[in-house]
Amino acid sequence: MLLKPNPSSGVPIYLQLMEQIKHAIETGALRAGEQLPGIRKLAEELVINPNTVAKVYRELEHEGEIELRQGMGAFVAERKEAAVRPQILRALPLIKNLISKLAALDLSEEEIRRLFEAELSNLRENGLPKATGKR
Amino acid sequence: MPELIIETKKLKKNYGPKAAVDGIDLAVERGSIHGFLGRNGSGKTTTIKMLLGLTHSTSGEVRVFGMRPADRKEGVDIRQRVGFVSEDKGLYDYVKVRQMISFTRSFFPNWDRGMEDRLIDLFELPQKQAVRKLSKGMRTKLALLLALPRRADLLLLDEPTEGLDPAITEDILQLLIGMAADGTTIFFSSHRLSEVEQIADHISIIERGCIVVEGALDDLKENYRRIHMVFEEEAPEQALAAVGVAQFRRDARSLTVFANRNVETIVDQAYLHHAVSVDVAPVTLKEIFLESARSAE
Repeated sequence: MLLKPNPSSGVPIYLQLMEQIKHAIETGALRAGEQLPGIRKLAEELVINPNTVAKVYRELEHEGEIELRQGMGAFVAERKEAAVRPQILRALPLIKNLISKLAALDLSEEEIRRLFEAELSNLRENGLPKATGKR
Repeated sequence: MPELIIETKKLKKNYGPKAAVDGIDLAVERGSIHGFLGRNGSGKTTTIKMLLGLTHSTSGEVRVFGMRPADRKEGVDIRQRVGFVSEDKGLYDYVKVRQMISFTRSFFPNWDRGMEDRLIDLFELPQKQAVRKLSKGMRTKLALLLALPRRADLLLLDEPTEGLDPAITEDILQLLIGMAADGTTIFFSSHRLSEVEQIADHISIIERGCIVVEGALDDLKENYRRIHMVFEEEAPEQALAAVGVAQFRRDARSLTVFANRNVETIVDQAYLHHAVSVDVAPVTLKEIFLESARSAE
């Protein structure tokens, strides 16, 4: 279910994998209480360093996304609020559409990422545009 | 303190007046996959030979499993616990593939027959062929077949995927991942930076016999940045040199620098000197490698 990270990206593999797992939780592809693959199994499947997988699980536990149970493995944490926010699901097709348009302009993955990050830090500096309509 | 499987201090090897390895410090922890990078002739192979006791250091210290490779008895103990693929793949040319395998197997009581069978299937090695008639890729495969089933505590691999196609390479990397998960420490050199980025947790870059970059790969990627600055007028090199920028690449009104610290200070300085645009981007291992080679020149 998880995809192979891109090792030649400037973004460390552990960050790529953390983002993937968080995304899977946000979109409901991974549900609360569901078990994640063992460290060895996931490392072999994605052909990445087992220490990297261990680091990802530690960081995700630290952020409260997953729980590590002694001798049992890693599980998606139970949450108080509904895990899947409908806003995220609504955002998915928008992002998909935008990225395929950008890719059609012959922009690389790295360039697209940078454009997003530049625009996000721009928003941080100047404040988010006011949300319109009711939540 | 994590246990160090490999440790060198100011390790040096001279060939005549020339230093092939010029005082390097290495520290490889148990269970780590350590990528050892460098251009041809940078001292990689000489270093690996010293770790195995196949050549002796001129000065400095080297320990593998806490033992000295140059000591006769300790050297034998070390080699018994190491799986090893050398640059020339260390094969006897006059025997057949099958004989080479059974000969090697006889030296290692813990030999993993299951792994041997798995590799024979995977590699499709012509067992009856003489070793000297093997292609470069086949030689690499045979060397891996002789090294991996030893249930070694340490793998020292000099270009372990040389001449292999991408599919077999991925299978080998996966096998190495499994062995690392079982606690095997792996120290390997490769010119294929993408495979190093894929499986290594630590790297060292050796250039002209000196270690020029080393550390956890994640840390290097998180800290190194390429900063591209465009100025209205002449680029303020002096102001940037004052905040520790040693290397510039300049092109009319633009400057590119690589930095692994002070990134924010450099960006601030650029804006203070009326930069029109400043672009900070993460770098890949390839860029770190090329930059370290350039700065050693």
